[in-house]
Amino acid sequence: MTDMDCRNAFTGELLECAREDKTIFAVATDSRGSVTLTDFANDLPQQFVECGIAEQDAVGIAAGLANGGLRPFACGPACFYTLRSAEQVKVDVAYSHQNVKIFGVSGGISYGALGSTHHSTHDVALLRTIPGIEIYLPSDGRQTQALVRYLVKSDEPAYIRVGRGAVPVIYEDEVPCTPGKANKLREGKDVSIIACGEMVWHALKAAEKLAEKGVECAVWDMFSIRPLDVDAILEAAEAPLVVTLEEHSIHGGLGCAVSEVLIQQKPVPMMILGLPEENTYSGKSAEVLRHYGLDGQGVAEKILKKLNK
Amino acid sequence: MNTNELVRLAQMRRADAVTMIHDAKTGHTGGAMSCLDVLTCLYYDVMKVNPTDPRMPDRDRFVLSKGHSVEGYLAILADLGFIQKEELRDFSREGSRLIGHPNVKTPGVEVCSGALGHGLPIGVGMAIAAKRTGQSYRTYVVMGDGEQAEGSVWEAAMAGAQYGLDNLWAIIDRNGLQISGTTEQVMGLEDFAAKWRAFGWEVTELDGNDMAALQDYFHNTPNNGKPHCLIAKTVKGKGLPFAEGRKEWHHKVPNDEQLQQAYEALGVKGVDWRD
Repeated sequence: MTDMDCRNAFTGELLECAREDKTIFAVATDSRGSVTLTDFANDLPQQFVECGIAEQDAVGIAAGLANGGLRPFACGPACFYTLRSAEQVKVDVAYSHQNVKIFGVSGGISYGALGSTHHSTHDVALLRTIPGIEIYLPSDGRQTQALVRYLVKSDEPAYIRVGRGAVPVIYEDEVPCTPGKANKLREGKDVSIIACGEMVWHALKAAEKLAEKGVECAVWDMFSIRPLDVDAILEAAEAPLVVTLEEHSIHGGLGCAVSEVLIQQKPVPMMILGLPEENTYSGKSAEVLRHYGLDGQGVAEKILKKLNK
Repeated sequence: MNTNELVRLAQMRRADAVTMIHDAKTGHTGGAMSCLDVLTCLYYDVMKVNPTDPRMPDRDRFVLSKGHSVEGYLAILADLGFIQKEELRDFSREGSRLIGHPNVKTPGVEVCSGALGHGLPIGVGMAIAAKRTGQSYRTYVVMGDGEQAEGSVWEAAMAGAQYGLDNLWAIIDRNGLQISGTTEQVMGLEDFAAKWRAFGWEVTELDGNDMAALQDYFHNTPNNGKPHCLIAKTVKGKGLPFAEGRKEWHHKVPNDEQLQQAYEALGVKGVDWRD
């Protein structure tokens, strides 16, 4: 299994699409390096707008570009776009229904030891309360590329969050990427894990470890948080335990979205796995995940404990 | 357009706005009145807009960043035919699309506004889009002077200069008053023109309630490759004797007697859309 960096996957695909469609613009906040937009900026300078370190300005400018008939992608660290410029995302983009895509990189705890200033463990919770903007957390590089091909044709505002480093490719062949349609990656009758973003790979690892213990674990890739695949959630709840796994606060994110569905339509026991209510533990992202028991091993152990096995 | 006719139109739109506020028992009287000459000049004499095709691609762009001054704006959109004049009766009523801040449900409104400090960044984006795609439209953003305390205004000021946006006008309704007092008491702006010049803008100061001066400015704005800043010195509550220059009229609502005083001062008998 090869690894791909979702940032590169996104910006590489965006650059290819932008060569063909001159209305595709990239908007940066001194972030061309961290987002991997340098090639875009060099190759298509007329379709690149540098805003400096000014996220509020960048989102407003992107809204204005959209009003002028363009398809802007505002690109920068997820943590800043979803709080520093949260009001611009709410008012200028979502409420005003301007076709702006917010591409947040280095999401979750992928900035590792840079600490809580740079972590975005709040973004899904915040954006889920703002109507009018789609939310995507792709799970690998190939799905990210497929998502870009959808986004450049879509007229809907959207937020897309990826991590920072190379992550394993999950979709080797076909890449199903339909908004509002979760991908079932593994069958299993004993427990269902619904995961999003780069935690999907950890969910698959957990399922492998559970299989060794005789526990059959289904895994769902819920890369599309809005629109949400309610049918998949209800199907997942055929198992006696539903586990959500996300690189996000345990409050307000995927776990909350799934529990909102199940508590009202099909109550089943749940575990919401994510980052606890505290300033994040320090370390490389893999170390942080291990610390909180959110890697494959840790998730498997939590599930076995819950199942008393 | 003839200056006297523009002055008459501005007075009629003031009558519309003060009636809307009176009837709805809510609104921002002072700011709606102060910027109405600027809005009238832009919409009736300067901007290229099309009420029958509000999304016409090369329309001039307008953003009322001080969105609370919505009443006069809606009155103009109604008079020009973007919406039916009778709809002004619904202002701030339950279920109405004509609410206390501009929103995109209203034909002719480009973006939702009212959260201050948002308009100029959007205007910068509009102006960049025109430059990059060879479109000839111009972009006009009207801001409040109290709004100038928002940091995002100055982020956009930097960007406007960086990109040489001579197709962009930032117009500040410099009425000198905000909800808590004078701008200088709350968060001083002066030397205000110097600040904008230092940020790289071509700056003009004039009487923002002088229609002839506004016409002359907008039709003959000097162009030296910089974005344009107009500091329009206005009177809060302009045209309403009981409200002029009084901060409490930021969002005070006129009573029946004051509405009649307003009509008299504005030289109108009333409005033609009211029940």
